[in-house]
Amino acid sequence: MTDVPKIRLRDVRKSFGAKRVLDGVNLDIAKGESVVVIGGSGTGKSVMIKSIIGILLADSGVIEVDGQDVTQIPANNRDAVNRKFGMLFQGGALFDSLPVWENVAFGLMQRERMSRAHAKERAIETLAKVGLSADVGELSPSELSGGMQKRVGLARAIAGEPEIVFFDEPTTGLDPIMADVINDLIISCVKQQGITALSITHDMHSARKIGDRITMLYEGKLIWDGTAKDVDSSGNPYLDQFVHGSAEGPIKMQVRR
Amino acid sequence: MNFLALIGSVVLAFLGHLGRLTIFTATALSHCVRPPIYPRLIGRQMIDIGYYSLPVVGLTAIFSGMVLALQSYTGFARFAAGSETAVANVVIISLTRELGPVLAGLMVAGRIGASMAAEIGTMRVTEQLDALTTLSTNPFKYLVVPRLIAGFLMLPVLVLVADIIGVFGGFIVSVYKLGFNPAAYITNSYDMLKALDVISGLVKAGVFGFLIALMGCYAGYYSKGGAQGVGAATTNAVVSSSILILTFNYIITELFFGT
Ligand SMILES: Nc1ncnc2c1ncn2[C@@H]1O[C@H](COP(=O)(O)OP(=O)(O)OP(=O)(O)O)[C@@H](O)[C@H]1O
Ligand SMILES: [Mg+2]
Repeated sequence: MTDVPKIRLRDVRKSFGAKRVLDGVNLDIAKGESVVVIGGSGTGKSVMIKSIIGILLADSGVIEVDGQDVTQIPANNRDAVNRKFGMLFQGGALFDSLPVWENVAFGLMQRERMSRAHAKERAIETLAKVGLSADVGELSPSELSGGMQKRVGLARAIAGEPEIVFFDEPTTGLDPIMADVINDLIISCVKQQGITALSITHDMHSARKIGDRITMLYEGKLIWDGTAKDVDSSGNPYLDQFVHGSAEGPIKMQVRR
Repeated sequence: MNFLALIGSVVLAFLGHLGRLTIFTATALSHCVRPPIYPRLIGRQMIDIGYYSLPVVGLTAIFSGMVLALQSYTGFARFAAGSETAVANVVIISLTRELGPVLAGLMVAGRIGASMAAEIGTMRVTEQLDALTTLSTNPFKYLVVPRLIAGFLMLPVLVLVADIIGVFGGFIVSVYKLGFNPAAYITNSYDMLKALDVISGLVKAGVFGFLIALMGCYAGYYSKGGAQGVGAATTNAVVSSSILILTFNYIITELFFGT
């Protein structure tokens, strides 16, 4: 059983109209592994994650979770698969009609039918893990700063103790110290609870820290895949340019001068 | 563009919308009868639609009743001496059958339909609907069904209140401005009223409430493209539910009273 990857993508393609975003993505993630996807803005990293969790439908290709091809599951039967997932959205996507604690407890109450009081306790514990106090739980999401919203989103993603978590830019918009707290939190999720994690980040420090493996998305394909240690000695000019954050190199940004 | 091609593309777009709306309605209805049901959310919507619309609907009703009494008196006084009976009759029948449901429907469409479209539309463009799905919660069950049920149940209540307030408005004008006998006015109103008048009005109200919630949710659910898209969805919800209200008003009247 251990050879079945937790997540397996084969030749996944996705276009929006004439715009080809994913052009044959292949990726295997083992159980308990933490994989980081890096890549330029607008290359389709978020689209890739959304295709896996079924918010977007891939045009073609195979997406397997625990060996089961999820692209073949009818929409009304996805529930069993969705239960395995936790997701931090890039924009937070907090429910602004609910107080913060109910956001975090939402999955517990909906999925696991936990009582409100019990779920609230768990929510406040989870909020503490991301450095937010219990009184923040009573506020509404619109009363929080951007970085606090991000942390609430993170708490919501991990509160239900899912098997697989997707983090879309978990440390963007956080100060360096809080970013490192979040890095440690993600590491502890993966190492202690055996959660499988797929993260997106632009922050190379964070990528090296949380990623067992790092992979780079460029022009619809994953063009490099290796451990955090190999990043500096890859010899891949695209990766080198990205890691060094240089405007000079094979990757041309679509800007006019 | 070629003129015929233009017509064709408009027709195709319309049919596309119609098909999508039909599927949306069928999906929503099928979720109405399958658990889980969220009583808490239904309750909140009922308060939002019923209680908070009371001032708007009440004001609309009282002034409509008043103006109705005034105008019909002007009309009847030209012809007959028995205008007292006629005014009371006209006020109560037109209110219960037509003006109560239609005016309340249109006011609630502006208030509730718009806010539903804006709320669900904002949730769509900020990915909150996607977040719901990943948290194993069906947006139809969680958002659409409570609104449909609450709309369907609360509009008749609002219309009943509007009927009473409207008749009261007519009463005030008739008694204090036109100098009618209060007791006779009430008897005249009551004698003429048939159960069917009120029932047809309440049936209309239920249908209108359902339509308002349906169009609000539909427009919000399929909105896209940020604040501008949400704005367009809000307009669409109000315009389409108003048109549907007037259309269904005719159809239901035809079913009840057409010969
Ligand atoms: N719903 C959509 N409809 C049309 N185009 C889309 C949609 N979602 C994404 N795209 C397009 O797909 C491309 C990839 O978007 P995506 O959000 O995956 O980028 P990203 O790699 O996550 O970038 P960033 O790092 O800036 O978040 C973009 O060019 C975007 O315009
Ligand atoms: Mg993104």
